Order: sequence, then C-alpha cells, then structure tokens
Amino acid sequence: MKHLLSAADLGHDQAVAVLDVAEEMAATQAREIKKLPTLRGKTVVNLFFEDSTRTRISFETAAKRLSADVINFSPKGSSVSKGESLKDTVLTLGAMHTDGIVVRHPASGAPYQIAHSTWTDASVINAGDGTHQHPTQSLLDAMTIRRRLKGGQAGQDLSGLAVMIVGDVLHSRVARSGVDLFTALGAKVTLVAPATLLPVGVEAWPAEVFHDLDRALAEAPPDALMMLRVQRERMSSAGGGFFPSPQEYAREYGLDAPRLAALAPHALVMHPGPMNRGLEITSEAADGARSVIVEQVANGVAVRMAVLYLTLTGAKEPGA
Amino acid sequence: MSYLIKGAALPSGRRADIRIAGGALAEVGGPLTAGPGEAVVDAEGLVALPGLVDIHTHLREPGREDAETVLSGSRAAAAGGYTCVHAMANTNPVADTAGVVEQVWRLGRAAGYVDVRPVGAVSVGLQGLHLAELAAMARSAAQVRVFSDDGQCVWDPVLMRRALEYVKGFGAVVAQHAQEPRLTEGAQMHEGVVSSQVGLAGWPAVAEESIIARDVLLAEHVGSRLHVCHVSTAGSVEIIRWAKARRIDVTAEVTPHHLLLTDERARTYNPVFKVNPPLRSSDDAEAVRAALADGTLDVVGTDHAPHPREAKDCEWAAAAFGMTGLETALPIVHQLMVETGRMTWQDVAAAMSARPALIGRVADQGRPLAAGEPANLTLFDPSARWTVEPERLQTASGNTPVAGWELRGRTVATFWAGRATVLEGEVV
Ligand SMILES: [Zn+2]
Repeated sequence: MKHLLSAADLGHDQAVAVLDVAEEMAATQAREIKKLPTLRGKTVVNLFFEDSTRTRISFETAAKRLSADVINFSPKGSSVSKGESLKDTVLTLGAMHTDGIVVRHPASGAPYQIAHSTWTDASVINAGDGTHQHPTQSLLDAMTIRRRLKGGQAGQDLSGLAVMIVGDVLHSRVARSGVDLFTALGAKVTLVAPATLLPVGVEAWPAEVFHDLDRALAEAPPDALMMLRVQRERMSSAGGGFFPSPQEYAREYGLDAPRLAALAPHALVMHPGPMNRGLEITSEAADGARSVIVEQVANGVAVRMAVLYLTLTGAKEPGA
Repeated sequence: MSYLIKGAALPSGRRADIRIAGGALAEVGGPLTAGPGEAVVDAEGLVALPGLVDIHTHLREPGREDAETVLSGSRAAAAGGYTCVHAMANTNPVADTAGVVEQVWRLGRAAGYVDVRPVGAVSVGLQGLHLAELAAMARSAAQVRVFSDDGQCVWDPVLMRRALEYVKGFGAVVAQHAQEPRLTEGAQMHEGVVSSQVGLAGWPAVAEESIIARDVLLAEHVGSRLHVCHVSTAGSVEIIRWAKARRIDVTAEVTPHHLLLTDERARTYNPVFKVNPPLRSSDDAEAVRAALADGTLDVVGTDHAPHPREAKDCEWAAAAFGMTGLETALPIVHQLMVETGRMTWQDVAAAMSARPALIGRVADQGRPLAAGEPANLTLFDPSARWTVEPERLQTASGNTPVAGWELRGRTVATFWAGRATVLEGEVV
C-alpha cells in the first residue's frame, strides 16, 4: 500500500495482513537488539499540526527501530490558524526528498488532500485528522484485542467478538476508524453515547447504537469495552453544551466499579488515551486486571512499524 | 450597429428571423432580408432566449478585486448569456450606502457588458443590528430594488420584520440568505450520512428551513414581498409550496450547483465543493429540480461566488465558501431540465430571465422576444459540446465545480441593449 489514510480503505484481508506484520514486528522487539535495517536511507517526517506527544513518540520510535531518518516538524499552526499554508509546508518537505509523511492535523481530510495533491509523491500516513480518522490507533486496538482474545496468530480476524465504544463518538476519529476496521475484521460493534454525542447519520453506520450504557452492557455484552476521552469543555454552552455536567456524564457513561463488575470475565477494558480519570473511567477500571491500556501503547509501536514498512517499501503484505 | 439573426428558434419553438436596430428588436418574424451594412448572424439550430438575468451574483468589487472585478464578472456574465446581474452587497466596503451602490452601478456602466444592478445591504455592515439607509439606496442613481445581507442571514426577527415593512415604501424586496446562525456555528457541509463519515461539522437542513418558515410568516403578517436565496433542501421546498398556496408573496431561487451536485462530493475533500448553503443529499437535489420544474422555485440564481486560488488551495475547514457559475448555468439547466423534458425553453426563459427581472423590478429586462422590445437577447447552441477549462473562462477566479466536465450547450451570442457582447462564442 502506498498510503494509509483511512481504516475504511483496508479490507478484511489487508487489515489481517497488517496485523500479521505488526505481530512480526512485535516479535523483533522482544530481542536484545531491537533495531532493524529495513528502512535505512529512508526519511520519515512526523508532520504534526496538532500537539500529540504520545502519537508522535510512538511513530518516531517505530521509524527509528526500522533505521529510518526521522524529522519532527510541528508547524506553529496550520492555515486554519493563519500560519504557513498546508501546501507550502508540504512542498517544502517534498523538496527535501521525504519518503514518508506522518500527518496529524486538526482539519478532517488534510492527509487525504496531501496524498491526492501534486505537492508531494511521498507516502502519507494519517496520524489523526480532525474528527475523521485515526487508522493506526484502530489497528493497535485490533492487534490488542486479537492477541488477548484470539491468541494473535497470523491470519486471525476479530470474527465472533463484540466491541463496544462508549462516549464522544461525534468528535472522535478513534470511533470512526474503529467502526470501519473492527467491522471489516468481522467484529460486531456497538456504540453507546447520549444522542448529543452521536453524529446525525450514525444510523447508516454498521453499528448498533445505545443511549443507555447499563442496558447496552446487559443486551450486547462486549468482549472489548473501549472508553473514549470526553473533553470537559464540551459541556459548556460555548463548547456546544453536549451534556449538562461532568458529574452527570460520569454517572451515565463512566466506567465505574458496578459496570466493571458486570463485564464478562474475559472482557478487556481499553482507552485510546489520554484518560480523564474520574470522568469516563475510574482509576479502578483503568488500573484493574482487565485493563490493557498500557499494552495498547506498546502495540502502537509495532503497528506503526508495520504501517511504515508496508507503505515505504511498497512491500506486498502477505496474502494481499 | 444593426444585426439580422437568421433562423433562430424562439422559446415557443417557432423559427424566426430577428432584426436588431437602435437598441431594440426592430422586427421578429420573417423571413427577413439583410439591409445594407447589417451584420448577419446565422442562428440555424440555435435557441433565442431573452437575455438572462441573474438575481444573485457576487462581483466582489469594491474590496476583493483579486477574486473578481465588475469588469471581469460582467464579461463572465455576458459569456454565459446574461444581460443583467444583481451584484450582492457583501463587498468591502459593504454596499450599505447610496455612495457604494452608485459606485458599483457606475462600474457596471463603465464595463459595458451587462446591466449591473447593485443589491443593497439590509443592515449596516451586514451586522444584522441596524437597518441600512434603504430608501437612500432605492432613490439613488442605482435605483436599488433588492436588499440582502447575503452571506449573512438577517437573523433577528424584529430586524427582518422591519426590513420587510420598510421596503414596501419603494416596491423593493428583501432577499434572505436563510441560515440560522447558532445551528450552523463552524458548519462545513450538509449534516447527514456523508458528514458523519468524513468528519466535517454538519450544516443541518433545519437551519435553512426554520428561517424560511419564520420569514414567510413574517411576510404574510406585514403584507410584504420576500425572496428566498439559494433554496437547497426538500423541506424548504415544502414550506415555500405551502406559503404560495396561502398566497404569501414569496419567490425563491435555486442555484445550478444545488440542481447538479450532492454532498457526496465532500468525500474528495476538494474545497471547490465547499459552498453555503452546502451541497445536499440526492433527495434534496431531486426535490429542487422538481420544484424548479413545477414553478415552486421561481428562478435559477447562480450565486456566482469567485474566490482567489489560495482561498481554495487549503484544508476544507480553512477554505472559503462558494463557487462560480455565470458561465456554466445555462448549459447545466439545459442538461438537467430541458434535455430531460422537465422544462421547455419557455420555462427556461421564465426562470432565468422574465421572473428574475420581475423580482428585481428591472423594467427593460426579461421581456418577450417581440418587435419593439429592448434588444436583450441570447443565442444558445444546444448541440455544442465543450470542456470546462477554468483558465479559459472569463471570470477571474478558477473555482468552478465543473472543471474538466464536458457540458452540453453553449452561449454563441449575447446582445445587450442592441450591442453584441458575445459573438461566435467570444466576448467582444
Ligand atoms: Zn447566500
């Protein structure tokens, strides 16, 4: 694959193949010498128009473990905030013979525009764009679920599993790419949120929708429960007035002890981070035995190594 | 200069020769013989329409001459078959005084391609707070008869009521850009399935419909005349249909792009498709086509909105709203409405010339093609095929949504007040 722009672009077989490569990458990371020569001589730019130290470090680590040269570039605001234009920034990178551009941008579609422009012929990897997509996050989530609940062997998908995503779906690129990827991998996806935090049009998504978390846990018991980050400012009138108060949100949609106890013994608790402890998730849930939140972070490096390898070497993923 | 047009099909379908002399249609019928010194225009296979009248054009001057000038916009209008355009007020400075509307009117006269009719702002600075001096603009040399804050909605119901009442004094109309502002904060595209998937903030249909519903009731209450700009949703059509059945004095417009395109275009993230109101669902597009065909929507208005390249060469969220339309409106209407049998050429003449002239109270435009009438005339070749190349259009901006499309039908000649502004497809 040339680019990774949206999880919706990955079909079942291609998604499985990426996870298989990610497992191979993860295996190399258990060795004493973690560094592979795969991308020696290639240049990867982390182009982050939006702060995300976590995601940037994950991509940077992945690229360096593959021996790529890494340049971190965080423009002080995109043209959205009247800085240098996206076009000029990308043209500049193009002039520096960049092989891959990892893009994080507050505007939905910016990575798609770069990939489909004449500004650069580098591979473009979407590291999160606006409220659109965050495909590597969903891949690392899928890798975590597959490994924990299916064993993580090559060729496996998520069929037969139920994934529940709870929270601010409206503003979440994690939810959008998750729905696309998990359903492509054969999982059943359930969304739980107040209607204010679901997009108009969600009825066309391949997911069942609940507004009541307790009912959802009872009627569609999840194998993996993913709690989305909720920004506190969204409750204010200026922020959109999406819910009345953090207290009400936590009561209605927070993962607390009784809800944790209602989960099946094997069920996983996930969170894309950064967490608002006490709002969408209690510390008890975040730090408990079911939590795979730290593992998600570790798998993020392996998944990003796989994506960089597949896009930058043009390697045909096995089976694709 | 006098012309003899040979063998044109009138909107009725009747073939006729047309003699243009002294700024008027001297004779319509024939066969006519060319007099000495008379230029003959071969119009075999061409349709003759009364010169088109656009009720909704952004010429950008004064203030944004990098996007369009009155001259470049006038040439684009002529190339598209227009002989009259209504220049919207959202310039810089805003056309909210007699001085600015007279300036635009004079620039139009100096350009000399179409009748440029300035639209006056409803409120000072388009701020939606205080009525602008509407009477001064109406009584100025520009003779303003259409008032609009287009680009902004006259949101305050009291201000809207006052405007509707006040313009009765000089037979003018308030043209509303119907957009409930609170429901559309940060809005980027039509709110629906596509917006939910591409992650762009939604502009819900109800934000348009709720304002139209309020405004038709206000127009009824005060007994005034309302024009609704760029109707884009099926629900808006239903409200206007209801209002007309109640004999409320409302007219409404649809743009070529809302007839032609849908929100599916946003999947490309190409900001050329970012427009306000946004491209809607295919059900909405079909509803506005049906409403234009049955007359619920009275006119086609281009909402020609030129922008310099940098306003579109960026992220969708950062891009300006709007697309050009003057040079492609008639071919699009031809393809969508005439070729499909939904409208006759008489219907097109009504929707693109007679009715917009009536809404704008432009006495010498939109007249029938008959002897003694002003010589405002367009010759259209329905069999022509041409590919839209933005750099070859007359408009100074390249933001056409149909770049690269092959369109069917092209303006071959335009006559404004007896002068040829376009001949053999070229602006003269
Ligand atoms: Zn408007």
